[in-house]
Amino acid sequence: MLPDANPIYGESPRCDLHADLHEIVARHCGEKTNLLQLLIEVQACAGYIPADAASYIAATLAIPRSRIESVASFYSFLHLKPAGEYRVLFSDNITDRMLGNQDLMEQMCRQLWVQPGKVSEDGLLSINTTSCTGMCDQGPAMLVNGRTITRLGSQRIQEIGQLIRNRTPVAEWPEDYFKVENNIRRGGLILNNKLAYGQVLQATKALKPEAIISTIKESNLRGRGGAGFPTGMKWEACRNADGEARYVVCNADEGEPGTFKDRVLLTAQADLVFEGMTLCARAVGAKKGFLYLRGEYRYLLNHLHAVLQRRRDSELLGEDILGERGFDFDIEIHLGAGAYICGEESALIESLEGKRGVPRNRPPFPVTNGYLQQPTAVDNVETFCQAVMALHMGAPAYRAIGTEKSSGSKLISVSGDCASPGIYEYPFGVSVRQILTDCGAVNTRAVQISGPSGMCIGEHEFDRKLGFEDLPTAGAFMVFDDSRDMFEVARNFVHFFAHESCGFCTPCRVGTSMLKQTMDKVAAGHGTQHDLTEIENLDHVLQTTSHCGLGRTACNPVLHTLKHFRPAYETRLKSLDFEPAFDLDGALARARQMTGRDDAGAHLKENE
Amino acid sequence: MTDKKKLRIATTSLAGCFGCHMSILDIDERLFPLLELVEFDRSPITDIKHCGPCDIGIVEGGICNAENVHVLREFRKNCKVLIAIGACAINGGLPAQRNHLDLSACLTEVYLTEPGLVHGHIPNDPELPLPLDKVHPLHEVVKVDYFIPGCPPSGDAIWKFLTDLISGKTPELGHGLIHYD
Amino acid sequence: MTDTFQLDGVAVPFEPGQTVMQAALAADHYIPHLCYHPEFKPHGSCKLCTVKVNGRTMASCTMPAEAGLEVESEIEELNALRRTLVQMLFAEGNHFCPSCEKSGNCMLQALGYDLEVHAAGFRHQYPDRPLDASHPDILLDFNRCILCELCVRASSEVDGKNVFALAGRGNTKHLIVNAESGQLRDTDIALSDKAMQVCPVGVILPKRVGFSQPIGERRYDASPISAQALADAPRPPSGAEHD
Repeated sequence: MLPDANPIYGESPRCDLHADLHEIVARHCGEKTNLLQLLIEVQACAGYIPADAASYIAATLAIPRSRIESVASFYSFLHLKPAGEYRVLFSDNITDRMLGNQDLMEQMCRQLWVQPGKVSEDGLLSINTTSCTGMCDQGPAMLVNGRTITRLGSQRIQEIGQLIRNRTPVAEWPEDYFKVENNIRRGGLILNNKLAYGQVLQATKALKPEAIISTIKESNLRGRGGAGFPTGMKWEACRNADGEARYVVCNADEGEPGTFKDRVLLTAQADLVFEGMTLCARAVGAKKGFLYLRGEYRYLLNHLHAVLQRRRDSELLGEDILGERGFDFDIEIHLGAGAYICGEESALIESLEGKRGVPRNRPPFPVTNGYLQQPTAVDNVETFCQAVMALHMGAPAYRAIGTEKSSGSKLISVSGDCASPGIYEYPFGVSVRQILTDCGAVNTRAVQISGPSGMCIGEHEFDRKLGFEDLPTAGAFMVFDDSRDMFEVARNFVHFFAHESCGFCTPCRVGTSMLKQTMDKVAAGHGTQHDLTEIENLDHVLQTTSHCGLGRTACNPVLHTLKHFRPAYETRLKSLDFEPAFDLDGALARARQMTGRDDAGAHLKENE
Repeated sequence: MTDKKKLRIATTSLAGCFGCHMSILDIDERLFPLLELVEFDRSPITDIKHCGPCDIGIVEGGICNAENVHVLREFRKNCKVLIAIGACAINGGLPAQRNHLDLSACLTEVYLTEPGLVHGHIPNDPELPLPLDKVHPLHEVVKVDYFIPGCPPSGDAIWKFLTDLISGKTPELGHGLIHYD
Repeated sequence: MTDTFQLDGVAVPFEPGQTVMQAALAADHYIPHLCYHPEFKPHGSCKLCTVKVNGRTMASCTMPAEAGLEVESEIEELNALRRTLVQMLFAEGNHFCPSCEKSGNCMLQALGYDLEVHAAGFRHQYPDRPLDASHPDILLDFNRCILCELCVRASSEVDGKNVFALAGRGNTKHLIVNAESGQLRDTDIALSDKAMQVCPVGVILPKRVGFSQPIGERRYDASPISAQALADAPRPPSGAEHD
């Protein structure tokens, strides 16, 4: 089990799959849980997963072939049909839109003669959109064959089009394209720490696991992924649960649109993350840990593997860590492949097991029945960093930072309409207005706190404070000034949820796509009061009957913008109380074309 | 007899088979007490060609062409309460089985490439209504107030529904009367 | 003395390990459901069985029974939600009851009847889902699939075959079969498989036996699904408990 067995791949659009497939399969065939990782490698190697490769994998792993199709089709970066030698995906978060990604995509489609979502006839490329790639502070961004490209502009698009036309391998493209900045604008507890790697592990060597847990409990540390579950309680429950093995999982599937602080932590503070995981392993008694890294951040793999190796070489990972007999722990990195839902911890565990990322029924919870049904502590990247600081400072000093119910600091990913987008670290309790001032936002109309599943707040609420008492947040902070149309913001988010719904439960599978259709109808100028009623009805069903948080929060963008910015909807409505669900005259276009008619009877007016 | 004003009812069949209208006739002898309460405007029963102001409009069949849209709009404009009757009006029904076919391909096959056709051409007489690219249920084109499901609904179901409605009750069919087939 | 929870104000006894649904059915209380099947592990996807537990909505088929829970089920607020869910399922697929062999024996249809659903109301999606008639004895009509995964579970857990699986996600999620050709004739399905018997709607059908029962004699003609589900519910014979 070599955690660094994953190479960096996806550089070359054309490789000899037949030569590599055996090697890839051989490397993974021992573990059925590696199916997703295996498919990701095949995808990277061949540009898609050919039917005969799927059959070969199924036969070698002794699993039903349908499972391969089932798993592969769940993840949007995996393809079962050729999707082009170059697969271009424009990040389509609202912040990319505000920076002009739609025009750029149109420009590229025109330049290369392709339609969005379709593979070019010569099989050279496809152009499509993808959910937020976590580059909101340096967008518009795109992925080409899985590689992140930031700061797109008309000139760069032109160049990329040329490189694709010339079939230049992505690995040979100018390095500057792939540059990802940290944009740390304000450091604090975490980002300004001066710890040497391994320092806290060494310093807490004498502590019993129970003492680590009690320090974390006393420090009042709560999860930074958004839900805010007390970390100490989680670790304790995991430690006390019955099981043959225990696992530590770091959730780096940072998919919430507008959030990119985990990317920066993994870039600038990888040691702190791994140190936190190792401390957690010691506390709960785990021998194995996973970092589940979203596919969009695959470019971080080399760096992360290097850090892991250095830690192994320094006795901070592996067997008998720091010479302590029986303290064995190592970390494996698993990649995601384009599925926001895998940020939900039980879906993440399913994905780690190589399955479709469908959230489990809960209870039981991962602390008792997690990875392979064993006790598992799943925590956010930032939570592990905070845990290290809490253990380093001691509970009282840590608790002194922040507010009564929200100890410590919080990394905020600021993007949108402001002078200095990037990462800001504050003690909990900072006001929205303070952040707006610090990032140079003017004429702000609204802030989306904690991403689409969070809250949209208007100007009269800018004195509210970030923290579990008032505005809980996973870290996204998207700023909209008074030139922005809040209806379009909500519509972008509604599209996002429809695209990311796993489809398991009826309300979310059907409801999110119907919500999308209704929002599109309103956007096209065909909305009526009747449609607003339908939106409210769908919201209610989603909120009350959905299986997991995705469905239950999918209506938040609409609910919040309807509350604060109702005129943005109402100005779009027709005064009538009903409008057809589709474009009536447009529905006659085919028949007109076939009959050559264009008389008055060959048209339908909007009203008569 | 008090001359309490009778309710005026209009009925029509769009992309349907008149099966629901046959079922209306299946109310049988109860048509007589019904006629004490209602009178018919536009309907195959009266042969009135256009719908005037009515209390209740009953529409069978889905929307498959431009003329269906005009008639449905006429009903919606003139009827205080609009009822969609039968599977086709409610979900497109049998005609909607063409919805996964491409309209151009349909027209081409039927009028141009079908074996045995000579001098085939796609009819383009302005008198003929143009087909929509898909068949739609009524509620996607106008607001519909009530739905009587069934293919067709039984005479008993229609009777129950209408008598509930006329007496001011929210119509309920219940087990045995409600069916979709 | 066994523990009980309250279901619409009535005490319902339960055994440890039972879910709210299992205990309710065993005690002769009906909670609407589609993806739940007494012989399989609860799935929790259709959400028809949504109830209120101490004020919070949750799926009763996966909710472990606990002493003292206050469960509400037969209330208009929940039936309105269930009605919408049934409508969503009708609008999502192509459910043309008049031509369906399963009509009269279909759980989705029967639930629609029970909840007095007169129309789907939503915009119909009319998805393009070609049939699979490749198998000599079995027809798959995907138009009617509600993605309950009962066939997936039956084929894998009972038949040991994995004939069915789900592919795609969100509103492109769909049923597939285990063959490179994608066709049922290239799988090892057999008429005697459990997977042939569990489809609550009309997707998996034996050929040449359609419409064998006359109208009036079909499963849900005589009594509504609420009564049928209770008649079929597994009950402990005498003290022995259904797992």
